[in-house]
Amino acid sequence: MTESSTPQDYVPGTHPDLPPPVRTTGPIGWARINLFSSPFNIVLTLVAVYVLMSIIPPVVEWALVKSVWTAENRVDCWAQMEVPEGAACWAFVKSRLQLFIYGFYPQAERWRVQLSFVLLIFAILPVLYDKLPGRRHWFWYVVAFPFIAGWLLVGGFGLTPVDTDQFGGIMLAVVIGVTGISFSLPIGILLALGRQSDMPVLRLLCVLFIEFIRGVPLIVLLFVASTMLNYFLPPGTSFALLMRVLIMVTIFSAAYIAEVVRGGLQGIPIGQHEAADALGLTYWKAHRLIILPQALKISIPGIVNTFIGLFKDTTLVLIIGMLDPLGIGRAALADAEWAGLAREVYLFVAIFFFICCFSMSRYSLYLERKLHTGH
Amino acid sequence: MATENQTDSRRKVASAMDSSEMAISITDMHKWFGEFHVLKNINLKVRRGERIVICGPSGSGKSTLIRCINRLEEHQQGSIVVDGTELTHDLKNIEKIRSEVGMVFQHFNLFPHLTALENCALAPIWVRRTPKAKADEAAMKYLERVRIPEQANKYPGQLSGGQQQRVAIARSLCMNPRIMLFDEPTSALDPEMIKEVLEVMVELAESGMTMLVVTHEMGFATAVAHRVIFMDFGEIIEQNEPHEFFKNPQHDRTKLFLSQILHH
Repeated sequence: MTESSTPQDYVPGTHPDLPPPVRTTGPIGWARINLFSSPFNIVLTLVAVYVLMSIIPPVVEWALVKSVWTAENRVDCWAQMEVPEGAACWAFVKSRLQLFIYGFYPQAERWRVQLSFVLLIFAILPVLYDKLPGRRHWFWYVVAFPFIAGWLLVGGFGLTPVDTDQFGGIMLAVVIGVTGISFSLPIGILLALGRQSDMPVLRLLCVLFIEFIRGVPLIVLLFVASTMLNYFLPPGTSFALLMRVLIMVTIFSAAYIAEVVRGGLQGIPIGQHEAADALGLTYWKAHRLIILPQALKISIPGIVNTFIGLFKDTTLVLIIGMLDPLGIGRAALADAEWAGLAREVYLFVAIFFFICCFSMSRYSLYLERKLHTGH
Repeated sequence: MATENQTDSRRKVASAMDSSEMAISITDMHKWFGEFHVLKNINLKVRRGERIVICGPSGSGKSTLIRCINRLEEHQQGSIVVDGTELTHDLKNIEKIRSEVGMVFQHFNLFPHLTALENCALAPIWVRRTPKAKADEAAMKYLERVRIPEQANKYPGQLSGGQQQRVAIARSLCMNPRIMLFDEPTSALDPEMIKEVLEVMVELAESGMTMLVVTHEMGFATAVAHRVIFMDFGEIIEQNEPHEFFKNPQHDRTKLFLSQILHH
């Protein structure tokens, strides 16, 4: 028998579950393990605390505590501060909020933008959450949404037509972003499959398309859209500038999505194709049921990365004269009443884009966790 | 007594063989991988209900041979007729044959994003257009048959190798195949899991399924095979009834191979 320091007072195999030592759990345990585990870690922790302490309070004071929310103009705004120009003047952004959201969309018709936004939320929900009751029945609504929203925003068929030149601000960014995202994913997937096809002509076309689009900066494509595209179209057809931008943004992003998805497709073992083939599934069924669900899951970080890039790139339309939130901000700064409040404007635009992009990023993490099945 | 019955039944199959329709008929078949001649002049007739074990050193072409039968590999010369349908470039024929020939792989190849039950019900639903409820019910029946009904809602990543391979067998059986191909089904398994998979395969054999099994499990070959085929250099070197094959190998290459796998 082996020597034991304390006599064993339980039958082997029946040792009770004991709580772990206090030092390893709870906030103290966490801090000990994560913040103060080594001299280097202690130094890092202290430096980080110092940096945060010296940045956060002044920013909070500038942006929130001492900021002014109602004022007639710049001078009025500064008059309300202890130190002129010493804090944020949100009154400016507030006075232009309508412009930031709707652009130059006619005031009387703005309910159409609001309605489209509500409809957008109902279209996104069933796409994002598969536990939504009756999700299947939403499918056709989701497919129809871009057309319903297009009809609402542009008008015609009973609604007062609104020229797309009047689109602007957040609404414009969302229109371009949502259109680009929802059309570039299916197109990108088809391009990726085409690039892997056994048919040489199809493969060549897809490779040429992807490589050409990826090889040209988006700004150049946007200039092509604004100046040249009508030359390539049959005479007599004319697209609104917005329509041309939407097409360019979509194909640009589709080329990137295609490469991201191709990476995912290459990560699927050949055995998955063989098993699907051996069961008698056709090419499309095998891809829809077996290959793409796995390939897209691997590609989620890359796809969302592309979408975030696309959404931020919508600001580039300002170069061809369309007023997205950034464009609206720059135009607003030209107003003599408020000139000099650039910080507030750019911070506001930055926060808008950050909220949108950060949400996408968090959703992609949630999706990855949800789709993880232990392999 | 049991062995006597078994040999008896084997003899019965053997006598009925000539008259009955062929399940698989391979004639003068050749296959190349690029310049490499992997299969040379293969002639093989498999009768309905016949169980064949194919063995041979690695690289001998045995896996390639059975993969040609459901067109996972394409042959370049000669003919392969499965269940009366010749394998050609006609996609409809290929899909028809694939839906009637089940295959079990060395590395299981389960679909990791689907549960065991979904893996089994998928092909009946999407290839045979079976209503989902019925397909699920049938899938459950086959999972019971391979003795893992309790794992039905687990994902492949949560199952042991032996359990995964049994799900893979159930998945194939759900299509009610007339022929089952096994490509080294136990080679990737730990010893204690080999047994549970072989048991399922023996039961399947007893039910009268036409089976082609690439394996080195000689105990399995002796217990259930009607015929053992030895392949080397892309050719069928020798074939015989299992007892005779192991007791009395004719060819030197076969003797060498058997001495290596039996003595190690």
